[in-house]
Amino acid sequence: MTADKFGKICGIAALVLLAVGLATGMLVAPRERIMGDVYRIMFVHFPSWVGTAAGYLTAFVASIAYIKTRDFKWDYWGQAGAEVGLLFNVTGLITGALWGRPTWGVYWTWDPRLTTTAIMAITFAGYLVLRAFMEDPESRARAASLVAIVGFVNVPIVYFSVRWWRTLHQVQSSPETVDPQMVWPLRAMMLAFLLLGVFMMTRRVMLARLRGEEEMEMVRLEVARD
Amino acid sequence: MGDARRALALVRKDLLTERRSKAAFNAMAFFAAMVLFIFSFALGPDAPGMAAGSGQTLLQYLWPGLLWVAIFFTGILALSRSFQVEMESGGMEALRLYPGDKKAIYAGKLAANLIILGAMELILIPVSAILYNIDLIDKLPALLGVVALGSLGFAAVGTFYAALTANLRARDVMLPVLLFPVLVPVIVAAVKATTLVVRGDLMGELWTWIRILGLIDLVLLTVCTLTFEFAIEE
Repeated sequence: MTADKFGKICGIAALVLLAVGLATGMLVAPRERIMGDVYRIMFVHFPSWVGTAAGYLTAFVASIAYIKTRDFKWDYWGQAGAEVGLLFNVTGLITGALWGRPTWGVYWTWDPRLTTTAIMAITFAGYLVLRAFMEDPESRARAASLVAIVGFVNVPIVYFSVRWWRTLHQVQSSPETVDPQMVWPLRAMMLAFLLLGVFMMTRRVMLARLRGEEEMEMVRLEVARD
Repeated sequence: MGDARRALALVRKDLLTERRSKAAFNAMAFFAAMVLFIFSFALGPDAPGMAAGSGQTLLQYLWPGLLWVAIFFTGILALSRSFQVEMESGGMEALRLYPGDKKAIYAGKLAANLIILGAMELILIPVSAILYNIDLIDKLPALLGVVALGSLGFAAVGTFYAALTANLRARDVMLPVLLFPVLVPVIVAAVKATTLVVRGDLMGELWTWIRILGLIDLVLLTVCTLTFEFAIEE
């Protein structure tokens, strides 16, 4: 099984990078001049969005592939991508809120990025709820794929509409030069979260395949009984 | 031309069913009236709006947003009804066997939903304007244009998701859960444009927002048209 082996390698690499990234990020990287130690949550916060993007992108591509080919393999990948993406999405939202409170003074603000990521989380949570409500494997895979496709296409539209909506109120943050001692742990963590996401998705696909085959067996048994 | 005629036949069939039973329309009219009253109780009919200023009540100030909340919540009833009727009478099978392109079914269902939605809005807008005491007469043409564009976006995505969730046990829960996140751009643009129409367009932004709303409609309509045939598969 190549996907299994690939996933394992990704998992081990993610573990090593997580250890290195966290150690250097927490201990080696200097304190931020204004935010102090608070900024260190960025080493988890920003990589979370890498995982989110990887998960949802996988779900989107796999959903299109399912509609085209009707191969259940793609449905398993779609489900895995949505679940892993949502996990990282929620991690990103929570760490962002925790960072926002001491830095901006509020947990939440209607910034385009915040709003878009929250809508993304609701969209893919809806995707998972829909799956839970449907029993027939084929119509579930089809309906879920369509929800993932339309939901994913909608993400940039939400972003731009909220951005235009808030233009007059929101001050754009300017890119700052970042200390190399902060950049390297961040890069390590981003790669670690990406690999962690891939590892979790391969595991999730294996689990989904087992469940799917079991479901198919049940259907076959029922047909045989009739 | 065949597909256009098929779509038209579907519209006629849907409107005829609706005219005879009036099930969706009556429910919508009462629900819309109730929503208007609840806003009034929740926000206080006489409360002077703090942000509103210049003698406006809070209800008058918030009217563009309240209008769209009322349209979306009420419209959901029509949408879920439109495919539920087919499910109850075994009409989905007939729809799937309908000859020609499946896009004709989407167009027909969308048009029928839009007409029912529009009829509801033609009651909702004047009644809310009277209840909340808002002067709309000279703003009516622009307002109707904005409402038509916003309703098109709502019905485009709504018809698609109504078809997708039609054979679910929990369709009444799932339809809003799936539909509202996708409608965020529509509601942002529609409320913004409506606000500019009602409160006056000092910065000349209205035309930009109408174009944004039209663009959002176009994208959503395209995506839903292309994927609709998969949504009604058995």
